[in-house]
Amino acid sequence: MEFAFTEEQNMIRDTAESFLREVSTSGAIRDVMVTATGYDVSLWHSICRDLYWQAIHTPEAYGGMGLGYVELVATQEQMGRFLLCSPFFTSVCLGINALLVVGSEQQKQTWLPRLIEGKTASLAFGGEVISRRGGGWSCDVVDATWQRQGDTYVLNGEYRYVLDAFSSEFLILAARQDGSEGSDGISLFIVDANTAGIEREALPTMDQTRRQGTVTVNGLKISPEDRLGEEGRAGCQLQTILDLATIALAAEQMGGAQQVLDMTVAYSKERSQFGRTIAGFQAIKHKAADMMLRVEVARSGVYYAACVAQEAMEALANDAAIDTDALSEAASIAKSYCSDAFFKNAGEAIQIHGGVGFTWEYDVHLYFKRAKASEHYLGNGAWHRERLASLLLDRDGLDQDLSLQEGAL
Amino acid sequence: MKLTFSPEDEAFRKEIAGWLQNNLCDEFEPIRFRGGPGDEHMFHEQRHAWEQKMAQGGWTCVGWPKDMGGRGCSIEQQVIFHEEYARAGGPGRVGHIGEGLAGPTIIAFGTEAQKQKYLPGIVSGKELWCQGYSEPGAGSDLANVKTKARFDQDRQQWVINGQKVWTSLAHEADYCFVIARTDPDSKAHKGLGFFLVKMDQPGVEVRPIQQITGTCEFNEVFFDDAVCAAEDIVGAPGEGWKVAMGLLGFERGVSTLGQQMQFQNEFNEIVRVAKENGAAQDPVIRQRIAKAHTELKIMRYNAMRMLSGQAGSDGALQREALIYKLYWATWHRELGELAMDVLGPESQILEAEPYQLSRLQAMYLFVRSDTIYGGTNQIQRNIIAERGLGMPKEPRP
Repeated sequence: MEFAFTEEQNMIRDTAESFLREVSTSGAIRDVMVTATGYDVSLWHSICRDLYWQAIHTPEAYGGMGLGYVELVATQEQMGRFLLCSPFFTSVCLGINALLVVGSEQQKQTWLPRLIEGKTASLAFGGEVISRRGGGWSCDVVDATWQRQGDTYVLNGEYRYVLDAFSSEFLILAARQDGSEGSDGISLFIVDANTAGIEREALPTMDQTRRQGTVTVNGLKISPEDRLGEEGRAGCQLQTILDLATIALAAEQMGGAQQVLDMTVAYSKERSQFGRTIAGFQAIKHKAADMMLRVEVARSGVYYAACVAQEAMEALANDAAIDTDALSEAASIAKSYCSDAFFKNAGEAIQIHGGVGFTWEYDVHLYFKRAKASEHYLGNGAWHRERLASLLLDRDGLDQDLSLQEGAL
Repeated sequence: MKLTFSPEDEAFRKEIAGWLQNNLCDEFEPIRFRGGPGDEHMFHEQRHAWEQKMAQGGWTCVGWPKDMGGRGCSIEQQVIFHEEYARAGGPGRVGHIGEGLAGPTIIAFGTEAQKQKYLPGIVSGKELWCQGYSEPGAGSDLANVKTKARFDQDRQQWVINGQKVWTSLAHEADYCFVIARTDPDSKAHKGLGFFLVKMDQPGVEVRPIQQITGTCEFNEVFFDDAVCAAEDIVGAPGEGWKVAMGLLGFERGVSTLGQQMQFQNEFNEIVRVAKENGAAQDPVIRQRIAKAHTELKIMRYNAMRMLSGQAGSDGALQREALIYKLYWATWHRELGELAMDVLGPESQILEAEPYQLSRLQAMYLFVRSDTIYGGTNQIQRNIIAERGLGMPKEPRP
């Protein structure tokens, strides 16, 4: 048992922190958040060239750095903290993870080096049904369809809430065999985003620091070599991809929750009322203490989930079976806690900043908006708690395993 | 950063689990899962016998150094010990104040003579301790201690007068460690002494306090010319606060892993009830059960962070340790509420006259103390804000 960062992990985090403090300033964020891509393309390329973050957890065999998921979340945490506008989450935590989970050896050899070069990929998997009651964020929301016509696949359907839909260079699309249900019949495909038969539309978003859009496929033809995984049997793997991404997103939320705490404490030490700084009032101190509690609990939850994700990555690398229940449980624990922690902290940040927290000029609103956007992407707290509840309550005997088998750690 | 233990540590796990399986049975079967918080008044004699059984197996004071009579276990092994103990349903330890607080303080600050006099009784599980800190006027403001210790030159001994309160196990204890004012004109943290006081003497009177649960774990302790030998002060007169605070630092959190396993036992019981009575189908209850599960699971990894992290050179608590008390206490209080809400109206029916509570009912009532003792939630928030976030300290008159 060792539950602290190694020196190397500390170094990775510190490097990310000092770099991002420098480049992802309030002014920089505000400049890029109104552009068409939503991020600074040249900054992204310099990150890919000089820092190599996009390659962090890809095995060296495919041109990656061969580090683990703990290193990935350490970087994500800092990106969340400094609200970096970038395709990192989309392209690495969705795109690269998808290839690592479901790609064949040949496909990994072909595609991973392109993404590590800095090309971007997004994952589109569900439509409007995600927002409906009974929908949600598990693999069974896939509603676009595939049919086999001779030697090609033909895809039809509409995807919504696709991150960086408009700017991504490649798309990984989930579709189900016509008539299939649940996690059955699902296949993933990778295509150039500019292929005929794909229409992409950027959607205006309340959180301007990460873009969403729709992707419509209409008679899109895809060759079998671009199908990822076995035909019609990628549902479970899609769930693994989503769980891995969920853990990375939770790390980003935890970084954001930390940053709004830091901003708020700093402000409370400057702002004076009734002849003293407001940081001296217990009403403020106690709110800040609760914010810190949420950050530290979120941090412990994210590190635990990252360790579980790392075990899954190692199983993948060894062609062993992934403990999917453990991964889903960890993802839901991290995401439910971090979603609530970030949003509550961002809300308290506005309250403690008072009037200026309500202005466009101060940065608090950027975090407040990111918090709600991230909360509602890949499942909010309530959604993940219900998923945990069904693991705990709806299967006979499993509660014992869940609590004690890992309790044995 | 990894979640697994080494093969040597897993072998240690088998050893303790096996010992418990072979020994926590027969005459000790009735005390399994008993005597924990809220239930500490139960089965005292059997638990005292069990403590001595543990000692015979070499399972008391596992974290103490070997030359002090302990087992010299690593942090990992102590974690495993506490987990397996709780998993096996090990009863609340009657010796925990001696093993966890008095002993480590004597090891760190005591004289050679004090070590020889007091440690063997703790290791053997024979002698029990209680803690004389709080007073009627010294709760959150602990430094406002009024109990006085006067040195009697003629008899060469300390004479103690005053009152302590919330002293758990005082009625069973052989000794009490007491902070008392050695300088009658001193205030706050200065002028205090740390005394090892024998309970069985004319000047010490123990009166039980009946609690919200109807039971009496806590006591008032009155010192009326109670005596303490000259050599039974730990540290110099006037340095008692340093010793008392050092003691709190020994509670590094290892035993919290065992505490969490008890929480897990309670949680499992609630899940069992919810499945049985159908509360598990209620969407609101489902959310609350999942939230409790989430936060308990994270509690474990937060404790792992505390134990894996290097202690600050100045002894300052790390961030994850600063928030820990507020976190678990609040969690546990909510678990009590969840237990009653899962039980529904049945939660209001007692097991028997006159006031026989079920385990979950006793837990529900007892956890109201968790957010009060050992630093209230409000004091914890002050500490977090001041030490963790550098916000201004509360004004002191």
